[in-house]
Amino acid sequence: MSTSESQTRRRKTNGGAAKLDARRELPKAPSGIEGLDEITGGGLPRGRPTLVCGGAGCGKTLFAMEFLVRGATQFGESGVFMAFEETAEELAANVASLGFDVKKLEAQKKLAIDYVRIERSEIEENGEYDLEGLFVRLQLAIETVGAKRVVLDTVESLFAGLPNSLVLRAELRRMFRWLKDRGMTVVITGEKGEGTLTREGLEEYVSDCVIFLDHRVADQNSTRRLRVVKYRGSLHGTNEYPFLIDEGGISILPVSSLGLTHKAPSERIASGIPRLDEMLGGKGYYKGSTILVSGTAGTGKTSVAALLVQAACKRGERCLFFAFEESTAQLVRNMQSVDIQLEPYIKKGLLKVLPSRPTAHGLEMHLVSMHKAVNQFEPDVVVVDPITNLISAGNTPEIQSMMTRLIDFLKMRGTTTFFTSLTSGDSDLEQSEVGISSLIDSWLMLQIVRSGGERNRTLTIIKSRGMAHSNQAVEYRLSDDGLHLVDTYLGAAGVLTGSARLAKEAEDEAALTAGAQEIARKQEERVRRHKALQRQIVELREQFQVEDAALARDIQQSIRWRDGLAAERAAMAESRYAFKPGNGRSRKDGRR
Amino acid sequence: MNPDGARRQKPIPMPAPVQWELRLYVAGTTQKSVTAFANLKRICEEHLKGKYRIEVIDLLKNPLLARGDQIFAIPTLVRKLPTPLKKIIGDLSNEARVLVGLDIRAVGEERS
Repeated sequence: MSTSESQTRRRKTNGGAAKLDARRELPKAPSGIEGLDEITGGGLPRGRPTLVCGGAGCGKTLFAMEFLVRGATQFGESGVFMAFEETAEELAANVASLGFDVKKLEAQKKLAIDYVRIERSEIEENGEYDLEGLFVRLQLAIETVGAKRVVLDTVESLFAGLPNSLVLRAELRRMFRWLKDRGMTVVITGEKGEGTLTREGLEEYVSDCVIFLDHRVADQNSTRRLRVVKYRGSLHGTNEYPFLIDEGGISILPVSSLGLTHKAPSERIASGIPRLDEMLGGKGYYKGSTILVSGTAGTGKTSVAALLVQAACKRGERCLFFAFEESTAQLVRNMQSVDIQLEPYIKKGLLKVLPSRPTAHGLEMHLVSMHKAVNQFEPDVVVVDPITNLISAGNTPEIQSMMTRLIDFLKMRGTTTFFTSLTSGDSDLEQSEVGISSLIDSWLMLQIVRSGGERNRTLTIIKSRGMAHSNQAVEYRLSDDGLHLVDTYLGAAGVLTGSARLAKEAEDEAALTAGAQEIARKQEERVRRHKALQRQIVELREQFQVEDAALARDIQQSIRWRDGLAAERAAMAESRYAFKPGNGRSRKDGRR
Repeated sequence: MNPDGARRQKPIPMPAPVQWELRLYVAGTTQKSVTAFANLKRICEEHLKGKYRIEVIDLLKNPLLARGDQIFAIPTLVRKLPTPLKKIIGDLSNEARVLVGLDIRAVGEERS
């Protein structure tokens, strides 16, 4: 039983694998729309219809037009635009602002626009009919430009113009088959309905690929999003992707295609503050890492960022500075006051400052435009100052995923990223980083220490992945000649900064001096006592010598006295003739 | 003629006979096209005898013309004259509605 079951399962999985192979072979027509081809794995299904649906003003027509224009200009595939809502002139004017020269493409026979006007008040139905007229017009347009791509924008206008929807549905089905038979890659746009993808249920006819566009307003910020609802026979990203419509057309942020696969360069880059480099294992930040500087207002976060930018530009690297608080001129002026020169690098084209108000768009829009700017400028260093302002533009649950997407994207590119983060004065400094701290490689915290009636700044490295780093809080000062790190007072009394540090240092100095004097005094005393001792020794030795000499004298005296006595005795004996001197000698020997 | 009618129907030229210019768009010889032409011919003969002209345009032969009159359905009858332009799509099987649609009764009975 179990074996046969597992066999069937295996057979099923084999079938799945075979399907996967078939998927890979599905031909696709690249749309040329930035990011879309990444999501769909190569573009829209070639030779089949794709339904693009969404509410009013979501960018359907633009999507369709960009598909044709890119096809004509980038992939050598001409297109036919059958418009049911706007005239060719209106269309041309509408997309001119996006840099598409429709008139020129028409003149070059790369694009044909046919406007089908259906005015219900002018039309009377009477008996049987079909939509052969549309087929004739499509056929003509396709033949004129040799089209490979067709856009129908929006077929639903037909439903509004023609009362007999039964005929219409049959004819639409015929038309899609007709287009498929001719190998046309078709984009059909459709208005979003109540609870359905399109108002007239077009998804029923177009079953190969459905793309849904959305235009949402949350917290007064509008965000455009795109989702591939279905793509028969192909793998595709299923998330909602934010997209942007600007002077270059549509760009989609294909964020979820990224993963934790980025390289980890071991190269290090200087922070622009030599003392800080020392604290960061002696070499500075890792290249391509993500650095966060957090601190309360006025702690000099921007200056730390600008120092990195200045150092990077000095090395000839390209820097992109997203300023969400200051204009370019203001930033340049303010940094000049602490001797950080940014202007020469802006002029050289190494530094680009992009100021914008965080409230100008929603978070996704900011990310899409940042994504775009990074792709265009190709910087080595990206600064976001401050990231907290950006966060205020979105609502909290989205932020982490959005930040992850941005950081992942920059990491994949190997770009060193520098975020500054404003923390409010009373909140817990290490907690308030909206959960992005886990994405950060090096985190510096700037703090203000209030004591003795003054505010002093200290810098601490909270973390720095992959390097031995200092755990010391260092005081720094911003002055006319730049940012300088000064050792804080670290002693039994705790960490002192500013004038308290200076006072304590002076006190310690005085105590040291006093100690030294005491030692000197003791040293002298010792020398004096040593001298006294030496003197005493000399005296004693002299005394001993005196006594010694006296003793010697006494001994001499006693010898002399003994000899004298003997001589006297001998003389007496001689005089008494008791013995001869010769005998006396032998007597002497015998006595010895 | 009637001063009341003259005031109301300025655009229509007064001297009779009024010229009716009708165009029938078809695509090849299909059943619907044939029926439409037969119906139209009969209605005109009945109500507009001597005052009309029918031009049949085959879009398969002249596809360019489809754009000018904004043709999408086949068959389509376009009343070019008298103004305003009117369009009827279908095989014209309902005679009463064709008469209303083309405002033929209005001219025949001096009604606006």
